[in-house]
Amino acid sequence: MSDPHPLTAGLRRRGFLIGALGVGATLTACTSNEAPASSANVAVAAGDNAVAGTPVTIGFSAPAADHGWIAAIANNAAAQAGQYPDVTFEAVNPTNDVTQQIAAVDTLITKQVDALVILPNDGSQLTSLGRKAMAAGIPVINLDRIFDSPLAYRTWIGGDNYGMGVSAGTYVGEQLKAKGVTNPVIGEIAGIDSLPLTQARSQGFADALTSYGFALGPRQAADFTAQGGQRVTANLLQAAPKLDALWNHDDDQGIGVLAAISQAARTEFFMVGGAGSANAMRDIKADNTVLKATVTYSPSMASSAIALARLVAQNKGMGDLVEKEVPTSITLASATITKENVDTYLALGFES
Amino acid sequence: MSDHSAAPGVTGTAPGAAPPASAPPASAPPASAPPPAVPATDERGRIEKAARAAEPRGSTLGRLLDSGVGRNLGLVAVLVLLCVVGVATADTFATTSNLLTILTSASIIGVITVGVTFVIIGGGIDLSVGKVMALASVWATTVATQSFGPVVMVFCALAVGAGAGLVNGLLIAYGRIVPFIVTLAMLISAQGLAERISGRRSQIVTDPTIAAIATTRLLGIPLMVYIFAAVVAVGWVLLNRTTFGRRTFAIGGNPEAARLAGLDVRRHTIALYVLSGLCCGIAAIMIASLTTTGSSTHGTLYELDAIAAVIIGGTLLTGGRGTLIGSILGVLVFTTITNLFVLNNLETEIQNIAKGVIIVIAVLIQTRARRSSSG
Repeated sequence: MSDPHPLTAGLRRRGFLIGALGVGATLTACTSNEAPASSANVAVAAGDNAVAGTPVTIGFSAPAADHGWIAAIANNAAAQAGQYPDVTFEAVNPTNDVTQQIAAVDTLITKQVDALVILPNDGSQLTSLGRKAMAAGIPVINLDRIFDSPLAYRTWIGGDNYGMGVSAGTYVGEQLKAKGVTNPVIGEIAGIDSLPLTQARSQGFADALTSYGFALGPRQAADFTAQGGQRVTANLLQAAPKLDALWNHDDDQGIGVLAAISQAARTEFFMVGGAGSANAMRDIKADNTVLKATVTYSPSMASSAIALARLVAQNKGMGDLVEKEVPTSITLASATITKENVDTYLALGFES
Repeated sequence: MSDHSAAPGVTGTAPGAAPPASAPPASAPPASAPPPAVPATDERGRIEKAARAAEPRGSTLGRLLDSGVGRNLGLVAVLVLLCVVGVATADTFATTSNLLTILTSASIIGVITVGVTFVIIGGGIDLSVGKVMALASVWATTVATQSFGPVVMVFCALAVGAGAGLVNGLLIAYGRIVPFIVTLAMLISAQGLAERISGRRSQIVTDPTIAAIATTRLLGIPLMVYIFAAVVAVGWVLLNRTTFGRRTFAIGGNPEAARLAGLDVRRHTIALYVLSGLCCGIAAIMIASLTTTGSSTHGTLYELDAIAAVIIGGTLLTGGRGTLIGSILGVLVFTTITNLFVLNNLETEIQNIAKGVIIVIAVLIQTRARRSSSG
């Protein structure tokens, strides 16, 4: 079907090209994204450990950052490694696929790095990999999601998931008791339910509530993303026409949770967050939403893991402790951030 | 004045074609000489009548289930059943706010499903819809775009969606690559690009107009539902009342015959994928407003939900037949199930199993109806 008027065809083609160029130019102008400067959480080594020791190579493997917490883990680790002149930082490609993570860490083992910091996608599935590294003489610092066997790591460092739940439950219980509420309806928005850490958090929350004589009401699982949080919360708010308190496990999905709450225009309850993101802390400080507190699970643990890896690789101990060896297990405490103490923690918040 | 007499020389049009005895005897010219070759003035009517006579009559139930209304009837029955279960098990199910919540949850996946319906009826498939929506949402919520204001944000999302659809369409139509592979590649690249632009972070929507879309209500009904209804209405008109829609059915049913009939199959295929991408762009603005973020994690596995809704809505996966209303009913069925499960405080795993069972049952009913109607 040829165009009977070649002149108009030419003009049409030119118009189409110009239009396409215009759209393309607009789109290219729309991609710049100066992210707000998120200060990574780094620690400056003090005392004897500040002295540069033997140069060591530290390998690092973590899941792909599909939410701000994991992104902060990767950023903090890199920043902390940059603080030490004697550390070479080798990060492998982040991935959410277990087989790919195994393959990536295998390359680090072959390279014979001096220490390995791993945040496994799933602790059980990567335990044999940890054992392989340890058997090859590479000390493994297991970050956050714990391996099944102590033979698979030299040191485990992570947050206290159970303690997080207990902190949240304690805050909720105390607030409700102070208000004198009888038979309160308490909701919970969990993260990915198949992870053991989610189950530990829920257990801690339920146990703390029982100690106050309260019981858990509606509970639904989202998936650590904003859209999952929004969808699940929109439905949960319909299931509970009246709520007294809500605990959301993760502040990244909390963005969606708060969106759903404001869309439903519900204000009769208060909400507690989790993990301690900068957004959540700003909301707590501004005090204009239902979010009144959050319990920390700070991604600064990645910085600490790098610091520990360096000490282990250089055969040093932690400065303030008497022993010359780094402990085999370090559980970081979970702090409850409310409006009163938010200013001290604001600098540590990670961007979503 | 329609004349059903067959013109001499037109043979073999349909088996058992009625002989020209249908011409009323009073108007037949006196047959002294062989009658002149009179071209039929309603050839189309004659052929359709002959075809209808040739088609064997299936059972009444089979024909009912096979018709447009009948296919949707089964889905409406499932929906009614779910509502009955909802009213029986949860006392907050039948409230207005809950029903509006269901509609709002269905709005985003519904808009995407409209586009996917067009593509599947046209004989293709689009696996990239979820991540193209994510890419459009990320692109529209970057710091640079948000500084230009809400109009540019909307334009950006639509342009990105349409652009991705254009790339899909060009590769499928002119590159002659199978749609499954092309859209799969687009899915992976769109996610990668979205992650690159956003730096894997959630981009908060700071523009108040866009953020207000999800919270605005007109006459008590959320604006999102209005947008959903508008897209469905436009899509229905486009599919059922325009030549664009007719051509879509033709190309999906038999691309070679459509090409021989003079349709520009390649150009039309591109248009279908651009339409699907455009729907993703609209959905991107909706989800950016609903979740107040643009993120590369949006839309994960949405394509499976959309395709499942289209299939249980009665559209053939091979193309050529289908209804838009069926797809929307499919979306509503899935959203209602999700809502029911949350109201009853059940886990998501059972919900997914239920979804799978419903898909299989729905396809089985359709296959049996089609088989019984075609003998």
